[in-house]
Amino acid sequence: MTDNAEKIPVVEVENLVTHYGDRMILKGVSLKIYQGEIIVIMGGSGSGKSTLLRHLLGLHKPTSGCIRLLGKDITKLNNQEMYEIRRHMGVAFQGGALFGSMTVGENVMLPLREHTDLDEQTMQIMTRLKLEVVNLAGFENLMPSELSGGMIKRAALARAVVMDPKLLFFDEPSAGLDPVAAVELDELILKLRSALKMSMVVVTHELDSAFKIADRITVLDQGDILMTDTVENVRNSDNQRIQSLLNRMPRDDAVDTDEYLRRLTGYN
Amino acid sequence: MECSTRQEGKFMIVTLAGEVDLHYSPEARKQILAQLNDKNHVLVDLSGVEYIDSSGIASLVEGFQLARSKQLEFGLVGVSEAARQVLELARLDKVFQIKATIAEFIDH
Repeated sequence: MTDNAEKIPVVEVENLVTHYGDRMILKGVSLKIYQGEIIVIMGGSGSGKSTLLRHLLGLHKPTSGCIRLLGKDITKLNNQEMYEIRRHMGVAFQGGALFGSMTVGENVMLPLREHTDLDEQTMQIMTRLKLEVVNLAGFENLMPSELSGGMIKRAALARAVVMDPKLLFFDEPSAGLDPVAAVELDELILKLRSALKMSMVVVTHELDSAFKIADRITVLDQGDILMTDTVENVRNSDNQRIQSLLNRMPRDDAVDTDEYLRRLTGYN
Repeated sequence: MECSTRQEGKFMIVTLAGEVDLHYSPEARKQILAQLNDKNHVLVDLSGVEYIDSSGIASLVEGFQLARSKQLEFGLVGVSEAARQVLELARLDKVFQIKATIAEFIDH
């Protein structure tokens, strides 16, 4: 990381409020991510972390607030402008989201076909290079259904970085992986950042992984950011909810009797 | 962005500069392949390169492969730390002939 004075924000979220139907999910979230930084978004189920990610990707329109990616407010962009921004973004989804009818190689090459007019041979080599990087050399002609869970994650990562994006979004990289595969993926994330100077937003609830790769961690809880700080400071935080999350303690929420009964009975 | 070429000893030196990215790589590729197709030994000088992305690296790989098939020499000089890290990602630092200066290739 560079000094404060040189920090260039690549993601700026200001007072983001979002709803699913009537239900408020994010309650005014603000967050900045700087160039070359790996930020990990942590939080339990229902904390809003996936919602935040989906908004950062421009998949939903927020109720209010602003999201700037690489300096542009994506809540105000038209399709063409969003397409331009997406050239600089890579996304590796939790389940891989590979196309089942295409080979691994075709999946990885897809962004190049979609966004560039490079020579076929150049695209082929770029695809194989990225498969080398994620340790899937020689697997390009297999179908996604023939890969293990860890291999699918790595293939999805190869596709996400095939364009050398400035911004990489990674949803639950180590979920469902065995411990060795999870550690290898963390190492790979760090290597990619240092060689390709990417900024990364990683959503995870795996603590070991978060502590290993994060420059800063942002902790979401019930639609609010509890804290955004260095790994050290988050670990040492005396916030009860953060400690519960870190120590895997069950939630002990106060119960609003009337609210709860209304929810169960459906009566207002 | 132009890539300049000049002769030095038995080598054609292809000099790349600035940001070798999706826009610049096709031109770099064309120059490198053209020199090899003219049966020239090629050194690619990267000392003026601020950034090289995978499309740039892919062009170098394709050049190297063509050089091998034609039994021509192909080397890289002036590889910055940043470029070296990109090469190392795919272990290409162990594949390419890399030397600090053009003179080291010529004296070899």
